[in-house]
Amino acid sequence: MTGPDRLRDGGLIDRTKPVTFTWNGRVLGGYEGDTLASALLANGVHLVARSFKYRRPRGILGHGTEEPNAMVQTGDGNRTEPNPKATVVPLVEGLRAKSVNTAKGGPESDPRAGMGMLSRFMPAGFYYKMFHGSQTMWQRVWEPIIRQAAGWGTCPTEPDPDTYDHMNLHCDVLVVGGGPAGIAAAREAAKSGARVVLADEQERFGGRLLDRPRNLDGLPGHGWADREVAALAEEAEVTLLPRTTVFGYYDHNLLCALERRTDHLAEAPSHVTRQRLWHIRARRVVLATGAHERPLVFADNDRPGIMLASAVAAYVHRWAVLPGREAVVFTNNDGAWEAAHLLKKAGAPAVTIIDSRPKVSDALKRDAEQAGITVKTGHAVTGTRGGKRVTAALVQPVNADGTRVNGPAQTLACDLIATSGGWSPVVHLFSQSRGTLTYDDTWACFRPGVAVQPQASVGACNGTFGLAETLAEAAEAGVEAARAAGFETAAPAPAPSVEAPEATPPVPLWLVPADTAPGRGGKWFVDFQNDTTAADILLAVREGFESVEHVKRYTLAGFGTDQGKTANINALAILAGTLGRPIPEVGTTTFRAPYTPVTFGAMAGRNLGDRLEPQRLTNIHDRHVALRAAFEDVGQWKRPWYYPKAGEDMHAAVARECKATRDSVGVLDASTLGKIDIQGPDAAEFLNRVYTNAWTKLAVGRVRYGIMCGEDGMVFDDGTTARIDENRYLMTTTTGGAAHVMDHLEEYLQTEWPDLRVRLTSVTEQWATVAVAGPKALEVVKRVCPDDAMAPADFPFLSWKTATAAGIPARIFRISFTGELQYEINVPWHHGADLWDAVMEAGKDFDITPYGTETMHVLRAEKGFIITGQETDGTQTPFDLGMDWIVSKKKPDFIGRRSLFRPDMQRPDRKQLVGLKPEDPKVVLPEGTQIVEPGALNRPPPVPMLGFVTSSYHSPALESGFALALIAGGRDRLGETVEAALPSGPVTVRLHDPVFYDAEGARRDG
Amino acid sequence: MHIIQCPYCGPREEVEFTYGGQAHIARPENPEALDDAQWADVLFMRDNPKGIFAERWMHAAGCRRWFNALRHTVSHQILATYRMGEAPPAPDTLEEASR
Repeated sequence: MTGPDRLRDGGLIDRTKPVTFTWNGRVLGGYEGDTLASALLANGVHLVARSFKYRRPRGILGHGTEEPNAMVQTGDGNRTEPNPKATVVPLVEGLRAKSVNTAKGGPESDPRAGMGMLSRFMPAGFYYKMFHGSQTMWQRVWEPIIRQAAGWGTCPTEPDPDTYDHMNLHCDVLVVGGGPAGIAAAREAAKSGARVVLADEQERFGGRLLDRPRNLDGLPGHGWADREVAALAEEAEVTLLPRTTVFGYYDHNLLCALERRTDHLAEAPSHVTRQRLWHIRARRVVLATGAHERPLVFADNDRPGIMLASAVAAYVHRWAVLPGREAVVFTNNDGAWEAAHLLKKAGAPAVTIIDSRPKVSDALKRDAEQAGITVKTGHAVTGTRGGKRVTAALVQPVNADGTRVNGPAQTLACDLIATSGGWSPVVHLFSQSRGTLTYDDTWACFRPGVAVQPQASVGACNGTFGLAETLAEAAEAGVEAARAAGFETAAPAPAPSVEAPEATPPVPLWLVPADTAPGRGGKWFVDFQNDTTAADILLAVREGFESVEHVKRYTLAGFGTDQGKTANINALAILAGTLGRPIPEVGTTTFRAPYTPVTFGAMAGRNLGDRLEPQRLTNIHDRHVALRAAFEDVGQWKRPWYYPKAGEDMHAAVARECKATRDSVGVLDASTLGKIDIQGPDAAEFLNRVYTNAWTKLAVGRVRYGIMCGEDGMVFDDGTTARIDENRYLMTTTTGGAAHVMDHLEEYLQTEWPDLRVRLTSVTEQWATVAVAGPKALEVVKRVCPDDAMAPADFPFLSWKTATAAGIPARIFRISFTGELQYEINVPWHHGADLWDAVMEAGKDFDITPYGTETMHVLRAEKGFIITGQETDGTQTPFDLGMDWIVSKKKPDFIGRRSLFRPDMQRPDRKQLVGLKPEDPKVVLPEGTQIVEPGALNRPPPVPMLGFVTSSYHSPALESGFALALIAGGRDRLGETVEAALPSGPVTVRLHDPVFYDAEGARRDG
Repeated sequence: MHIIQCPYCGPREEVEFTYGGQAHIARPENPEALDDAQWADVLFMRDNPKGIFAERWMHAAGCRRWFNALRHTVSHQILATYRMGEAPPAPDTLEEASR
């Protein structure tokens, strides 16, 4: 199967390898070497899409990444891919592709085709205007229409089955773009022995040498490219990256690239990852990214069969496709005339060149006429006819500067219009690297001006359009890049002999006139993908927009998956013309990465699922697993949340664990708490400065609770610190806050108090900790440490001692986060599980019960103990938490003091920590519930908020729900009732002291 | 993404570092001596120059030491790094950004 529009011979396709593919359910044929677009055109398929807003029929405009129209959906199921451009989808056996943005039945029949009729009501800024207009119209009319119409492709709903890699590479010279310029630069740079990387987005190197007939050294362009690239492949230090799009240019010559490794294969080997995201750090960069042709902006310039002249040339020459038989080439420059010659040579019976310039060179004209091509200079295509394919061009004489039509229109039947408005250098990467652009009046384009990073632009992306000039410039740049990277270089080799037409500049024609102005009659499309017309830009100017960035956002020109590659320069030139300002003064919009879309899979790489973040496990983890604990993530730690027994839900398990700990004995793995070893002669002074309370008098062997504030006086972390020795302390932090506390302390030591003789070491993972809590804790600990005095009388609360626990050297701390008699036994990390086993064995007679973080939370909340990050959110002072006692009034300075003693911090109406008890004991308020005055919900909004719930649980000991909350002026209102605003209605709760259980503290000594 | 010259370890990728805001703001010797407005200044007010900016960085995934850097806020180039307690290098010794 060749397709009706496939030429009998020629092209860079492999005719020995036919390929079958499916398009919108139709089975079609092509060849290896085709893109989806070239294969569709070979089969006579021009209509491939409907436009985004007006549902107009659209065809293939370009032949590469610049394509705005021909977005498709490929593949099925979890490998379906939304919105690749048909022009860059490699044709592989069995490819299944369909149109996006069309209703059932494909682009041929679209029930919403009538949207074009509504276009009068959908001008530029449509969304903004509707949002500000009638709410009813928006909700009832516009939003349903837009919801139905919006969106291009469809995302897969299943996880991606493919694997993606991240690669890192350092090189001396990175050459971006494997056309003639890139190949020449890479060849010269490689001669020096430098590590050279040559990346190109296509499967085959050669760039535009593949698209047009050119001869170098007597070889056809693709043959020369093959020869040179083969020579590069021989070099030991050269890396070739085909199918690799360099999409981002960041600081210090870091460039990111996406390599597609399997999309061009019918069957992907299972050991090859689908894509790679490359991070390439290069000493020097050579940009050889080429240029994109611009379409001319004339009335109804969007019908299927209207294409870029360069694309037409490429389809004929590279893919042996005849995209039309009655062709019109509409141009303002010499270069597009080549497309007319190629069409004619390929057998198109009627080819007409419409050139807007009043005069062209005699040679150009003579060659065309000799080839049998009709030529009309000083004319323009001012309109088109057709539906699913263009059927005619309206041709009219125009004045010399292209601003007015000069005579009546003639209708010229045609099935193809090839259009060229000149070329725009691909300055995207240069601009991302923060280089400034300069406007080239001669070539009517922006090209690189002043570079910021060590790089060079060569060839068309530098505004150098001639092939011979490009090769010379690129070879020089290759040598210079290697030299600047520190390699010995010689002068470039003699340039190849070149047979190519001379490059000549266009005569700008930004907006093609017609009998009517844009906005009446036809539509002058500027951005095909977003359906932005010249009339939209004119309207934006009339409505007061002047900045190119604002006009972009108002008209949508330059958004979308093509990022306006064919639209941006036309849009800003039309804007400049309307504003009556020079183009460089209006400037371009910002070029941002990525140059072309990058898959989320490539960005994620292998950092998925279990590999997203490290998991930290305690030495006792296996024991928790064996006990069938449910785990929760606390920072990176996996902590036992609760230990359900058969048939228990979380509520039942937690109730059992709470009761066991209050009545007998419970055991908790507390190894995850942050631990910082603080040593040095000034350690006490240091603690004095970072904690709010006094530390200088803490005796060796004693432990103290402390709160740390930021300089703003807000609570930052809390924990206990023990004095281990004269000049040594052990600080504990919250599990989640350990790293932040360490950073905070280090920052002050290094930057503010370098004179303090103090050193900090994180010892979190040096000590495993088992907390034994409850009235029977002493009995258990006595059995674990038979040789040491453990009774509270010998071992008072808030002290620590060394001991031997289960034969292991241990530090034991008398601290309690439950309110019960509690011992925290610390042993070297790798003995943690041994200690746990010994404690469990020793506790057997007392039915020792492991408890998780949920029970720990309930028990500590019953005692009114805060958890920083739960009761605090960075806006609570120690006073707000009812801990005035912990703020030293005597210390002249500590972190946070200056802020804490501002009068505003003492305001009585600040939110203060209180307890809440629902009138109905069965109620457990959701955390975050807002608290209001009684009856407030019956009054019209806004309802003033008194505060909110920070912790809330059911308490087995209280046989009731209870909560901690931050309530404005709450401490003076204990005993009063307020209301909790639940979605189901208000619930009456009573303000309570935050300590609900054992207020006298009788239980902590057993 | 910068390559940052750690004064202790040498050139390293930016991902290894954390940022610490404006440099050379010493914590006042005696905060109590400041009135509220002055204290607010110390806590919250920072320069935002167009040009060379002295700022603090910390080599978090390396030596974990704080140091200072001079960065040009227009070109985004880091022009020099130096240790805590050292004076910033004189402007005329810097390899100036190309703009």
